[in-house]
Amino acid sequence: MVEAQRPKRKSPYPLWFFLPAAIIYGVLFLVPTATSFWYSLTRWDLMTAEYIGLENFRQFFSEPFLVQGLINTLIYAVMTSGLKTIFGLLLAVLLTSNLIARGFLRTVVFFPVLVSTIGIGITFTVMMHPTRGIINVALEAIGIDGPGWLTDPALALFSVALVDLWKGVGLATLIFIAGLAAISPDYYEASRIDGATRMQQFRRITLPLVWPATVTVITLSLIGGLRSFDLIWAMTKGGPGFSSDVVASVIYKQYQAGFYGLSTAGNVILFGLIAVIMVPLTVMFNRREVEQ
Amino acid sequence: MRRTRPVVVGGISLAVAAIIFIVPFFFIFLQAVKSRSEASRLNFDLPKEWLLWDNFLAVVEARNYQLLLAYFNSTLITVFSVTILVVLSAMVGYVMQRRRSRWNGVAQVAVLIGLMMPPAVVPTIGLLQSIGLFKTMTGMVLIQVAYNLSFSTLLYRSFIGTIPRDLDGAALIDGAKPWQIFFRVVMPLLKPVTVTNIVVQSIAIFNDFTNPLYYLPGKENVTVQLTLYNFQSMYTSQYNLLFMNILLVTIPPLIVFIFFNRQIVAGMTAGGVKG
Amino acid sequence: MTLRMKTRLTVATALTALLLSGTAFADTTLTFLVDNNADSVAAAEALATAYSEKHPDVTVEVEQRPGGGEGDNIVKTRLATGEMTDVFLYNSGSLLQALKPESSLLDVSDLPSQAKVAAGFKSVVSADGKVYGVPYGTTMAGGIFYNRKIYAELGLTPPKTWADFMANNEKIKAAGKVAVAQTYRDTWTSQLFVLADYYNLQAQVPNFAADYTANKAKYATTPAAVKGFERLQEVHDKGLLNEDFGAGTYDDGLRMVASGEAAHYPMLSFAIGALKQNYPDELADVGFFAQPGDDAANNGLTVWMPPAVYIPKTTSNAEEAKKFADFVGSVDGCKAIMAVNTVQGPPLIDGCDLPADVPAAISDMLPYFKDGKTAPALEFLSPIKGPALEQITVEVGSGMRPAAEAAALYDEDVRKQAKQLGIPNW
Repeated sequence: MVEAQRPKRKSPYPLWFFLPAAIIYGVLFLVPTATSFWYSLTRWDLMTAEYIGLENFRQFFSEPFLVQGLINTLIYAVMTSGLKTIFGLLLAVLLTSNLIARGFLRTVVFFPVLVSTIGIGITFTVMMHPTRGIINVALEAIGIDGPGWLTDPALALFSVALVDLWKGVGLATLIFIAGLAAISPDYYEASRIDGATRMQQFRRITLPLVWPATVTVITLSLIGGLRSFDLIWAMTKGGPGFSSDVVASVIYKQYQAGFYGLSTAGNVILFGLIAVIMVPLTVMFNRREVEQ
Repeated sequence: MRRTRPVVVGGISLAVAAIIFIVPFFFIFLQAVKSRSEASRLNFDLPKEWLLWDNFLAVVEARNYQLLLAYFNSTLITVFSVTILVVLSAMVGYVMQRRRSRWNGVAQVAVLIGLMMPPAVVPTIGLLQSIGLFKTMTGMVLIQVAYNLSFSTLLYRSFIGTIPRDLDGAALIDGAKPWQIFFRVVMPLLKPVTVTNIVVQSIAIFNDFTNPLYYLPGKENVTVQLTLYNFQSMYTSQYNLLFMNILLVTIPPLIVFIFFNRQIVAGMTAGGVKG
Repeated sequence: MTLRMKTRLTVATALTALLLSGTAFADTTLTFLVDNNADSVAAAEALATAYSEKHPDVTVEVEQRPGGGEGDNIVKTRLATGEMTDVFLYNSGSLLQALKPESSLLDVSDLPSQAKVAAGFKSVVSADGKVYGVPYGTTMAGGIFYNRKIYAELGLTPPKTWADFMANNEKIKAAGKVAVAQTYRDTWTSQLFVLADYYNLQAQVPNFAADYTANKAKYATTPAAVKGFERLQEVHDKGLLNEDFGAGTYDDGLRMVASGEAAHYPMLSFAIGALKQNYPDELADVGFFAQPGDDAANNGLTVWMPPAVYIPKTTSNAEEAKKFADFVGSVDGCKAIMAVNTVQGPPLIDGCDLPADVPAAISDMLPYFKDGKTAPALEFLSPIKGPALEQITVEVGSGMRPAAEAAALYDEDVRKQAKQLGIPNW
């Protein structure tokens, strides 16, 4: 606040720091993206584009499974980002505590992030096979009749969300670990002298001080969850039938079918949906950050 | 009591980790050492014959040592883009967090748009062609920077908040220039988040599949994820070689992670100085 | 340490090899984009080698792309941005029409090799009376693979009508075997009962393709067209499928019909290539028949055309590219492909005869061609094919949606595609 209003003296935070990033980002991302908005109003086969007004938007909103796709998108995003935040924080606390094999465990938890989605998709599809899959074979051994994880239309989306948690929790954990690393041990030392229990330390010191990391994890995983479809695509292709379709996979199908104008319109709609959710959330987070 | 606790907790975590995290990798590894017909069954049976070395050679030699060229290309793209990304996004995040100006709002909206809006492929190709960067490494590096800036900036912005302002103020009084303060004082304090950024972004860029597919076509420009296509197609897959290839392209990012994992720990012990 | 030395040496040799192959004695390099299906790549490499032997001054460099919808996008993007290779492999029929061949591809009607190419193939790679491609492989068919051992054991004969087929199925089921294998993990495999029924549809409604393209005929309101969906529903409702049909893969389906776990697997005849590769010992046990309809007297086969090799207008090596395409379409080119790949049906080039020892499934297919009992699949007669068919057929085949409703839903999907393609009357 103060710095910006001192006109005479040069700010130690010069605005030209924005410049290099702004040029690259503006030219290579914003300009093409803005251009694509125009294509959402056309019938586009990549070679020629014919203006058709809002026809694509009308068509997209009349997609037979769009409503279900919207509900699925919200379920998937809230579920994956909620679970990643909770488990990410718990794992980060565990993996920064005094623990044997800490480095090894961290690597193990992070390893899924490294492996290609294709490989993970195949692996879990096989493990979730209704009769031969190791999960149901193991369940059968203890007398439980396992469900068709990916073949039951009521269950497929949740199964993929769990695999998404498995694949993505390592990233959340890493961000939380970096956040925990920034907390000075002095706080814990002081509170220990005051006789605080570990639970009190977690609630009074860890949680508030790790807040910036929490905001980052929630923001990234929520946007990721709203946009994500690669794992869904690798595991169920939105199926069985249309039961695990999310908005992004509906868009991707239009793109694959060569309906470029229509898929661009879908992207604009998805962008609007994410903005409606994320902008108020970001404003709220920022306010809380300032209060602190 | 005190001394046994870490052992107990560690032991339990190890057991849980083994089941949840290691079983799937055991599966991947198992398929990678089987023969083609055994792997096509995709099960947990042990292979009749361990073909670790044969499959390894088959994958490395495939299509005239394409994998080695892919390692080279992917590494080049990754190193340059991550370096540029880290510097540029730290600069943006720093000013965004420290200075209140009307450009802040703009920057924040830009960051969110970058996270929310999928890139438009065809207009981007047209643009790259018109500035002569299509099908070039430079073009690919700049694309990766542009597409990943938002993510890195968001990470930096939130963590710069944890560094006390007094430090930059003190340096300013010493007569240091802004860029000197940033690179000599602030950057070193950002080590944990820089490491996080390096790890996350180098993995994402090294493993990127869609962008090289569109912006860097040509046999000589192959990147690691594209080599998976040698063994997987819509109709038939050689699962043994596919999984061997998956393992092989996972190794470089794993090394990066193991190396930087130590740095995070080092950052934690240095954290005491910051308070 | 020694390992590291070895690796380093290998890297060095590999790089040298790369450099040498780039500069050795080739004056011209032609780039050739193919999909990454093992058969396509093997054929491309064989053609490249054979061509370079004849023309030492030309090197053909094979580049791979993914197949399916992602592959369509790559091809369209590269054509639209002028970055296509000198020659490329792509589907014939409706998918080719979506590339707008008149404005994006070179006319190859006057290549010498075209004289021997079957007229039926030329028609599916033509637009406005000009031919744009040369065939890459043989004719294919869509029908039902069956296990000959099960048929012999139970004393069954290949059915000529759907009723016979269902009667066979009941006997197979009673014998404790899976009657029909279905594999919905690979969603595309679920469309076969609908697509391969086209011969029967055309037999009853000869004008269907034209009326359907003109927005006059609908699946839901044409009883013969709903039949395909009903047949898919029937095999599910009668409990003839394998237990884990929802999680089965294409490869599972092939294994089941080859090993005798299942008696039938509806599929395209290109599966013979995969059968030969994965189950060579059981290949002789697998036979093939057309999807039967209601009329035993008119029992015929739905036929698919292979992909073709095209030349984009933007190539800088047009003359060399044409010479290479001419080679691909010649008898020599055809033989080079047959030498590495299993044939999938009758050849399309006059003089490129099938080898003497074709698999049983191929010999089963030939009589239909000899008797003229074939019809092209709908995608070669109409530019319209709804993209969601495979999801809809999974629903029908899993008992999630009744046939009539599915046909109506598919009509909606078709309407969307026609509008997106800008086809008149929609």
